[in-house]
Amino acid sequence: MSCCAAGAEAALQMDGIQPVSADELRLASRDLGDGTRQTDLSVPGVHCGACIAAVEKTLSALPGVESARVNLSMKRVAVKWRALDETPPDLIGALDAIGYEAHLFSSATDEKDPELSRLIKALAVAGFSAMNIMLLSVSVWSGADAATRHAFHLISAALALPAVAYSGRIFYLSAWSVLRRGRTNMDVPISIGVSLAVGLSLYETYYNAPHAYFDAATSLLFFLLIGRTLDHVMRERARSAVAGLARLSPAGTTIIAEGGERRYVPIAEIQPGAMMLIAAGDRIPVDGVVVQGASELDCSLVTGESAPLRIGVGAKVQAGLMNLTGPLTIEATTRSENSFLAEMVRMMEAAEGGRARYRRLADRAAALYSPVVHTLALLTLIGWMVLTGDWHNSITIAIAVLIITCPCALGLAVPIVQVVAARRLFERGIMVKDGSALERLAEVDTVLFDKTGTLTLGTPRLINTGEIKPEALAIAAGMAAGSRHPMASAIASSTRRSTLEQRSFDAISEHPGLGIEARSGNDLYRLGRASWALDNGGDEADTDAVSISILAKNGRILARFAFEDSIRPGSLAAVNGLRQLGMSLGIISGDRAPSVEAVASALVVDDFRAGLLPADKVAHIAKAGASGGKVLMVGDGLNDAPALASAYVSMAPATAADIGRNAADFVFLKDNLSAVKEAVDIAHRAKVLIRQNFALAIGYNAIAVPVAVFGYVTPLVAAVAMSLSSVIVVANAMRLRSPQAAPAPADTSAVSGVSLRTAAAKP
Amino acid sequence: MSYLVFLIPIAILLGLAGLGAFMWSLRSGQYDDLDGAAERILMDDDKE
Repeated sequence: MSCCAAGAEAALQMDGIQPVSADELRLASRDLGDGTRQTDLSVPGVHCGACIAAVEKTLSALPGVESARVNLSMKRVAVKWRALDETPPDLIGALDAIGYEAHLFSSATDEKDPELSRLIKALAVAGFSAMNIMLLSVSVWSGADAATRHAFHLISAALALPAVAYSGRIFYLSAWSVLRRGRTNMDVPISIGVSLAVGLSLYETYYNAPHAYFDAATSLLFFLLIGRTLDHVMRERARSAVAGLARLSPAGTTIIAEGGERRYVPIAEIQPGAMMLIAAGDRIPVDGVVVQGASELDCSLVTGESAPLRIGVGAKVQAGLMNLTGPLTIEATTRSENSFLAEMVRMMEAAEGGRARYRRLADRAAALYSPVVHTLALLTLIGWMVLTGDWHNSITIAIAVLIITCPCALGLAVPIVQVVAARRLFERGIMVKDGSALERLAEVDTVLFDKTGTLTLGTPRLINTGEIKPEALAIAAGMAAGSRHPMASAIASSTRRSTLEQRSFDAISEHPGLGIEARSGNDLYRLGRASWALDNGGDEADTDAVSISILAKNGRILARFAFEDSIRPGSLAAVNGLRQLGMSLGIISGDRAPSVEAVASALVVDDFRAGLLPADKVAHIAKAGASGGKVLMVGDGLNDAPALASAYVSMAPATAADIGRNAADFVFLKDNLSAVKEAVDIAHRAKVLIRQNFALAIGYNAIAVPVAVFGYVTPLVAAVAMSLSSVIVVANAMRLRSPQAAPAPADTSAVSGVSLRTAAAKP
Repeated sequence: MSYLVFLIPIAILLGLAGLGAFMWSLRSGQYDDLDGAAERILMDDDKE
């Protein structure tokens, strides 16, 4: 990375770069016709103009690449290429060489957002017509003579009708779809108000009357569309940021066909009985049985278990597990739609209850608001009829009541606050999927955490670097450099920052379940379990300790490495902060009891459960929900996905499995768990501001409605009142500031003193 | 009042021209990468 500090991307880089084969690159590309293909890459490291130039120049220089175009806002590169000799250019390798991490980005998810362009077009038309009509209206208000007024009203009508039909469509369609189901939302009074205002104005214009409300109708649409568009942009931005994260599930796999020939096929085409070749570092695409090879699997995303699982021939493996050490041949036993992953998706769909029942604040307000306003207009009509008996005048005043109460401020009251809140969260690396998530988060009273990958980082860390001699560390780092085992990576990364040179060897081999062996001349080095590395088998404590790894030269000990699963920074502060807010806290984990207990006691959480299956987690949340609790679930794994979907509101770190990220309402990009506390704080503030905005809108109506009911509303009064109320509501929303910078560094030292033994087998 | 006969249509036509220009720029993808566009003006080579 050349120029800028990486912030949000740090979380992504923990996972390292998954090698992408040429076949996978081809599979993810899109055919543009006449041999040209387009591939979209997500490059989180592009930050500035220099990055754009470097990336585009490097890619364009590759043979076969026709053009490369960086999109800085989306942090993506679109590359058009032509296969030379049937092989696509090595795009990802080339970017890696100049220091940019790149992931394949599935073209299917990269379609242009039709809803946004629909909103922006509607906004542009409404804005154009509102401004031109307002220009004419000012002359009318300042006292144009009857002929000019009539001409101006006719021009206004000509401008307003297409705009109201085109831009208002967004509200009419939404209002119609809820009315059909016998409900109401904010769009119902908006649609009625706008239609009646335009209808009345047309009638008045036809009879050359002094008052027409074209300006009110169009500027109302304009204001509301601004709110609507901002709301959409906010959600879209969060969605694309989440979509840009590294995809954890593979796009395809190499299978061995009957003739022994190897082919790369998409996951959906894998049939039961197919022999899949899974290299170290790949994820298993569908459930299967190991027929050849021995290795260790990283289960942290699937079961929540932090210890790598040793497997051999005959072992059953689930989709989503990552192969760590040795190559495996696996016979597929299911199709991809029957795999564990698909099962989780089905459970998620079944679990999505708590959220579907939630009705947004604005809709609940509308349910109270529209009957009141419409009754009021009706009463006004009847009242004036009884008093004056003048049909035309009574209807005019009744419609004026509807126009002045048309919920401009109310329609903006909620979305504007949520847009500002989402922006504040975005600045802190927290993505919000939709506005209702913020409303739900503010009501939460129970927080449940998953352990592995959520409260802990899910990766072991070397804790005794100080005790190890630099030479020994250099040897171990050299041996560990090529391995994907979490402990080996921990050793390799511990030297990455120092000036220490990694040793190189004549030969390095990895022995699944045991460790790494290296030869240099006549010397034999072993890094791994004590009983394997040492001639005498090592002493009792080291042999059993799963978080200890031994480096030996010719069977004699050189160094001892101790590991712990590090608690996510900020966990203790976040947990304490949430407790101060009066939330009850709990840990629900799929890991074994001792590991869970260690974390629970480090964070002083009394309520913890270990060894839970995905269905148990859902049941646990359902039980809390049944007794009236509103549960915030924070989790990352595949096994958490159903729980994330069933909770009242949910959060996941960026390192979570794809489906976990999709199920969660919030995704936080940084390592620090203080994001949970910050999100809750901002949600609470947003709730206060929304209440204030409602109060302002109601106060506005309390003043404006009597004026309207007594027949004093002119188009000028309506325009001023509505604009003023909207501006006040927007200004109030802008008061949402980020909470004071959290005292983040203070708690990390407290946690690092706590030793957590990772229950791992090697090296 | 006769000047209004010219001025008002001209004003509205100019407005429509602006609206049309905006719609065109929207459709041709000029708002897809606002951050990138801000950086690209500083780049020296304009081969592309």
